[in-house]
Amino acid sequence: MSARVVTVTSGKGGVGKTTVVANLGVALAMRGQRVVTIDADIGLRNLDVMLGLENRIVYDLVDVVEGRCRLRQALVRDKRLQELYLLPAAQTRDKSALRAEDMVRICDELRESFDFLLVDSPAGIEQGFRNAVAPADEVLIVTNPEVAAVRDADRVIGLIEAEGKGPARLIINRLKPELVRRGDMMDTAAVLELLAIDLIGIVPEDETVIVAANTGRPIAFTDHSPAGRAFHDIARRMLGEEVPFAPLKEPGFLERLFRWMRPEGEEQR
Amino acid sequence: MEPDSIAIKGTRQGLLITLGEEPWEALVDALARRLEKGAAFFRGGRAALDVGSRSLDETRIRQVQDLLARYEVDLWAVRSTADATILATVRLGLTPLLGPEDAARRAQSRGETHPEAPTHPAGGLVVERTVRSGQRIEHPGDVIVIGDVHAGAEIIAGRHIIVWGKLHGVVHAGALGDESAVVCALDLAPTQLRIADHIARSPEERRRRPVPEMARVHKGRIEAIPWPHR
Repeated sequence: MSARVVTVTSGKGGVGKTTVVANLGVALAMRGQRVVTIDADIGLRNLDVMLGLENRIVYDLVDVVEGRCRLRQALVRDKRLQELYLLPAAQTRDKSALRAEDMVRICDELRESFDFLLVDSPAGIEQGFRNAVAPADEVLIVTNPEVAAVRDADRVIGLIEAEGKGPARLIINRLKPELVRRGDMMDTAAVLELLAIDLIGIVPEDETVIVAANTGRPIAFTDHSPAGRAFHDIARRMLGEEVPFAPLKEPGFLERLFRWMRPEGEEQR
Repeated sequence: MEPDSIAIKGTRQGLLITLGEEPWEALVDALARRLEKGAAFFRGGRAALDVGSRSLDETRIRQVQDLLARYEVDLWAVRSTADATILATVRLGLTPLLGPEDAARRAQSRGETHPEAPTHPAGGLVVERTVRSGQRIEHPGDVIVIGDVHAGAEIIAGRHIIVWGKLHGVVHAGALGDESAVVCALDLAPTQLRIADHIARSPEERRRRPVPEMARVHKGRIEAIPWPHR
């Protein structure tokens, strides 16, 4: 038994990496997988808050690296799911407290007892990012449908390909179907055309995600919201299921007819 | 001598010889021994040398070149992040190689140095992948990309640049001053396009349907013409 190490990264900050890690951790654990979520954002930890586990932290990642505790002691078990754990980041240190070899060693030690290790990468392309990517078997790139986020994602995909960690797969987060329909937001096809990598999920904008994050109860616990369903779909795809991409909102009959009548090349104008 | 101070591996472009951190003379000795052992295997091949951040002058590169030549191995390229080494490589008429990682590091330590025009023409460099934001490809000869060049990527060539795909990044053809250099792409929409000392931007409005185009310098200005043109 050997876990898959999946690193979630983005380049740009604030696109939802930590939200994705928390929700995929919950969704995978709800499907019977043994999961450790690892917060590699030393000095700016958030994953514990989103999972509602902040007050249970005793030791952290840097304590393990510096030998103040055993790895097992630093793992925080989720209060709701038996098979979900958190390896928290240190809040009072910075990225220099961790090296890429440390991350590889820690992940290797966890591999035999779990099915998934989800690594939450810091934003940027510096040492913290390199630490998070070093142990990865697979990489998920999170982006928002905006030009700046997509550009940064492209940069990160290039770095990951150069490290031989590819092919990365893409999660488009916070898509607003209404804006896309009005032509005011990049649609999925435009993002994919720019990035030219495989898509593993589309998460629509959903206010309940923010509420959930603030209360430490990730949206994936309740999969009847659109975003919660999207995270469960991604988890199923990670487990090898073929899950069709649900249309975000059915276009009306007239709209479809109109699109169909309009020649393809005219759409840009 | 550690056995891994020199690594030799086969790549699609021939052998790649990576030199470690040892003192120079020790490396040359180790390389000579490796070549002696595998003489039959290496004979007739061509090799690129990866020296990392080490600064090498022409004499030292030629030393390796001569050593390889004794075993009928042709040194064609040197990969390095040190400006001195790159300059010496160009002066010897060899190809300087820059990986995407190296390019980023080099960009930081970069002065205004422009490699001098090579004494004999360098060959083409074929890039068979998507060139992404933040990646930079420099080559003294022609650069051919089979794939897309994304916005935020840079391609700098001594001569022509051909992109069999979308070109959205920054390109500089004829970067050593050659005004006869051209840029061709299936979808020519670069952020900025330079030929020799001329600079042009793509029109703001997007085209309805991209057509292959060629950009060239004509009467002192850069112009793009559809391909095939009549």
